[in-house]
This record gives sequence, C-alpha cells and structure tokens, in this order.
Amino acid sequence: MRAMSRNDLLLFLGFSAAVLLMPIWMQPFGAAYPDLLQRFMIFAIFAVGFNILFGLTGYLSFGHAAFFGVGSYAAVWSFKLLSLDAIPALVFAIVVSGVFALLIGYVSLRRSGIYFSILTLAFAQMSYNLAYSVLTPITNGETGLQLTLSDARHLDAAIGQSSVGQPVPTLLGQSLGGFAGFYFCAGFLILAFFLAQRITGSPFGMMLKGIKSNQTRMNYTGFNTKPYTLAAFVISGMYAGLAGALLAVTDPLAGAERMQWTASGEVVLMTILGGAGTLVGPVIGAWLIKYFENIFSAINDSVLHRFFGFLPDGVADGFVAVTSKFVGEGWFLTLGLVFVLIVVFLPGGIMEGVRRIAGLFNRSRPSTTAPGKPVRQPQPAE
Amino acid sequence: MTTPNVVLHVADVHKRFGGLHALADIDLQVEEGQTHAIIGPNGAGKSTLLNVIIGKLPPSSGQVVFDGAVLTGRKPYQINQLGIARVFQTPEIFADLSVLHNVMIPALAKRDGAFKLNLMRSLDSETAIRAEAEHMLEDVGMHSRREMTAGSLSRGDKRRMELAMCLIQHPRLLLLDEPTAGMSRHDTNTTIELLKKIKARGMTKVIIEHDMHVVFSLADKISVLAQGRIIADGTPDQVRGNPKVQEAYLGGAHA
Ligand SMILES: Nc1ncnc2c1ncn2[C@@H]1O[C@H](COP(=O)(O)OP(=O)(O)OP(=O)(O)O)[C@@H](O)[C@H]1O
Ligand SMILES: [Mg+2]
Repeated sequence: MRAMSRNDLLLFLGFSAAVLLMPIWMQPFGAAYPDLLQRFMIFAIFAVGFNILFGLTGYLSFGHAAFFGVGSYAAVWSFKLLSLDAIPALVFAIVVSGVFALLIGYVSLRRSGIYFSILTLAFAQMSYNLAYSVLTPITNGETGLQLTLSDARHLDAAIGQSSVGQPVPTLLGQSLGGFAGFYFCAGFLILAFFLAQRITGSPFGMMLKGIKSNQTRMNYTGFNTKPYTLAAFVISGMYAGLAGALLAVTDPLAGAERMQWTASGEVVLMTILGGAGTLVGPVIGAWLIKYFENIFSAINDSVLHRFFGFLPDGVADGFVAVTSKFVGEGWFLTLGLVFVLIVVFLPGGIMEGVRRIAGLFNRSRPSTTAPGKPVRQPQPAE
Repeated sequence: MTTPNVVLHVADVHKRFGGLHALADIDLQVEEGQTHAIIGPNGAGKSTLLNVIIGKLPPSSGQVVFDGAVLTGRKPYQINQLGIARVFQTPEIFADLSVLHNVMIPALAKRDGAFKLNLMRSLDSETAIRAEAEHMLEDVGMHSRREMTAGSLSRGDKRRMELAMCLIQHPRLLLLDEPTAGMSRHDTNTTIELLKKIKARGMTKVIIEHDMHVVFSLADKISVLAQGRIIADGTPDQVRGNPKVQEAYLGGAHA
C-alpha cells in the first residue's frame, strides 16, 4: 500500500481543516453554534456514504433513511441496555444497519434502474410503518425511543457507574454537549471522508465506476457485479447508520419520522445538489440544505410582514401570502424548486459549476497545451 | 501430423426468436490457434451465434463446449473467466472513463478474478497493471489518447480500444464481431497486422467480418452463414470456389 498521492493528501488536509475550523468561518453566516454544526457533520456523513452507492455505482436508492433510522434506534438501545458511552453505541449501530442493508440490498439489487429505486422505497416505507405498528416494543411507536433513569445499562452497572439526573450520552465519562459534541461528530466526518476517498481511489472503486458506466461490459469482462453492488450498498448503509447513531448521541431520542421517504429524498437532493460522484459535492450539498433549512424554517408570517413592511399594506399582504408558502413548513417547496433548477441547468451539481468556472479561467489564460493534444476531461470523482 | 485440437465446439445449436429461426442446426468446430471467420449477409445470425457462445442468449437447444467445459447455462462473467473475450459489433466500452482505465479494468478482472474487496488499496499503486495497459495501448496505436474520455473517441478508435480491452486479458479464445467496421483503410490494415501478430502467439479467434480483404488475409477456416444455417465451410480457397457461396453472399463482386 502506497501513501496517498499528493493531490489526495492536499484534498484531505484541506477538507479536514475546513471542517475543524467551521466554528470560526461559519460565524459570519450566523451558523456557528454547536447544534447546527453537529447536524452539518451528521448529514454530510450520510451524504458521503450515499454517494458511494449512487455517485460511484449509479444505483439510486430512495430508502436510505431506513438505515439512518435503524442506526438511531440501535444507538439508543445501546445507551439503554449497555452503556451511556457513545463508542459502543456507534459500533452497535453500524453493525445493525449493515446487516439491515445486507438484507434489503440483497433483494433490491435483483433489479436495477427504476425498479431498484422503487424496491428500496418500498422497503423503507415498510420499515417506517412497522416502526409505528408491530415493532412498537422496539421503537416505542409515536412517542419515540428515549432514555430513562430505570434503563438497565449493563456495562455501566458492571463497572459501578451510575448517572445522576436525566441520562445523557458521554465519551469515556466526558460530556458530549456543546462543542465537544461537534468535534466528536467532526472527527467521524473526517474519518468517513478519508474512507470514502480511499474507496474512490481503489480498484474496488474503479469497478463501481465501471458498473455505473457499463454493467454489461463489466459482466463480459469477467466481473461478478452483484457482490460489488451489494458491498457498495452495505457500505453506504453503514455510513447512514453511523450518521443516525451520531444524531442519537447529540439528542438521544429516536423516532420513526427519520425513516420517512422525505428523509430518504433529502439525502438524494444533497448528493445531486452538490454533485453526485464527486467527493466534496455531497458534503457541500448537505451543508447548504441544512443551512437553508435552518434559516427558511425559522421564518414565519410576522418576519415576512416586517420584511415587506416598506410596501403599501395591500401589496405587502400579497407578497407575504405568496412567500409564506415557501418558508417555515413550506421549506420543502423551496427545496423542490432549487432542485428542479439544479437538475435542469446544472445536472452535475455545484461541483460542475465550480469546474465550469475553473474552465473559463483556464481558457482565458494563454494556452500552454499544444494544439492537438487531448484535453483532459473532468473525471467524475475528484 | 497431430490430430487437430478442437477448443470450441458449438453442437447442434438452434436459436428461435418467436417465429424466427435465427440459428438452425449450427455445428461449428474451432481448432486451437486458428482464425475462424464467419461470413454471411446481414441478418444471417452471426452476432446471435456469438451471443449464444458468450452466454448473452441461451440457445433454444444444443450446447456450446469450450475446452471440455460446457458453457451453456453459465453466466457471462464465468465464461469470460474461462478465457473468452469478445469485441462487440457496437462497441461496449466504459464511455465515462478514461481510455487508460478502460483497459486497466479488464486487466484487473484477469488478475483478481470475478470479485475482490480491495477497498484500501490505491489504484495509483497498481503500477504493473498500468504499465501493461499502456503497453497494450501502444500495440493498438492509441497510447497518445490514453487520458481521453472513451466516449469522445471516434468509432474506429472505440473499436481499437475495445480490442485492447480484450487482448490485455490474453484470452484463449477471442471473438470479434466486425472489428474493423468504421475504421479507415489505414487503421484497418494496422488492425490486420495486429491480429496477425497475436495469431502468431497462438490465440484462437472467431471473427465476423464483411470486409473480404480482412477475411482472406486472416482466416484459416471460413464458415458461411445464411438465414441461420451454415451453407458452406472450409479453407478460404474452398469457400471462394463454392458456387453456393457465390450465389448467397459473395455475388462474384467481392471475390
Ligand atoms: N434478441 C433478439 N430478439 C429478437 N430477434 C433477434 C434478436 N437478436 C437478433 N435477432 C434477429 O435475428 C436475426 C439475426 O440477427 P444477427 O444480429 O445475428 O445478424 P447478423 O448476421 O449479425 O447481421 P449483421 O451483419 O447485420 O450484423 C435478425 O433477423 C435479427 O433481427
Ligand atoms: Mg451482427
């Protein structure tokens, strides 16, 4: 195994720095508080993992929220039964969501294209409904699964540790509230990014790209594509489980709404918005969507009235009536609109936009490449 | 003289598409190291025959045997792993990947088998595979285009690259479906030279070709297919002289 290439190393270091310094550079955007930053980390992990399946392999899953939800439930159960420590909870969540992804993936991957997407969607909706019905002993139904004082916590009990007051997850006895929680999640995002980078640059990653590009040729080239797609599916399911578990660490309450199809759709949007198949794109997509969700859903009618206050009353009311449909609860409408614009005008997402702009700069400089020399096309994964 | 060693035996194969009898009672034996050409008019069933051999289509009856192993019923990837590679009539390539990666992927299939979970290895560290791929691209005269995206190549270049993708696996049997279609005269001649070179290395080939210049400069044996049946086979000279062939296909003009 050779060390990473220079470009990979630079990308990784740059990415890590950007993540760790987020509490600073997010300040001008008014987003430098731990609660929101944690969500940035968690959904970026979700999107990076989703991209391994969708971006590299080309299989569009509409049910990844199921693995996210399973990760949350598994983590909360670990807090209840084993220990309030975050590490066993994360390990347990990754294992459980991995097994879950193996089962769902095995069946869903018998089909490809739209049928695969529908199958994953169906499985996720089934999980969602089961969580509310038959599985209430495990999920605690609509109330959601939460921690109580009377939880067994066998590991903690064995070492004679007991918590006072409302139990909260910890790391080796240290609280994970506030910025500690952020840095905890940031560490996992950096690790998740590193692994995704390695996978993308590995022969295995190249096979996934081959499958996306031409599955028929892969078969006639001697590859059994099924285990490749299944491995990609399970890996991305484990990423989702890790993200779900981290959400449970920051807020130890798991509810079934995390498995709903809108949550599955959201990670698809994040990935496409940022640029499917690129390493950084899904992260940017996740951050943008979570950032604007935070802003838009906080806006209500009175905020809008103040905003349009300078207009004559009747006109202002009209503006408020229209724009209020796009904020608060109506945030999804805005999201949908942005998505349509991206897919129509910039199908490669924000990363394609960045490349196009970089391309303009390169062209305006005097050309150093000799005429006739092939221009290097942008590679999907960078 | 040693008895010829038959590596590929297509035995009594029929293929029906609904009412269409695309292959009827095909019996074909290909000997080790030989170049066996299949010629015939459009729609004769030539590509269908290759599809049956590589497991893309199941025969309606009959079977295909390769070096003692029955291919019929096996999956395409298993058939490839036994040592059979194919150049398609419409190039099957990885259009979004670079030319170099297109050629490296089959080399990895050859080395690592049908599945390998090498997640943490770096593709950049596969220097041997890369060197092999670059060498192969030099052989087909495409080294200068190695960084291009395969989808942006001309039709003839796609075909040459696909040939490189097959050759890098050192298959024991190479199936070529019109490998020079869409190529300029010059590229056609380069390809013929290349195919002669690999013939010298003992690779067995089945080649479908409309270009009689290519056929007669390469083939040891020719089978003529018309309306799903083999109407003649033999050495190039025998086939050239066969009046049935003259009538069905060559029409005198090509020969
Ligand atoms: N998958 C299929 N389903 C139905 N019919 C098919 C299928 N594949 C081929 N055919 C039909 O079988 C016949 C033989 O087709 P085939 O492609 O084998 O001809 P060919 O000899 O390769 O012709 P060409 O020289 O044009 O490539 C044609 O009539 C074709 O329409
Ligand atoms: Mg054909």
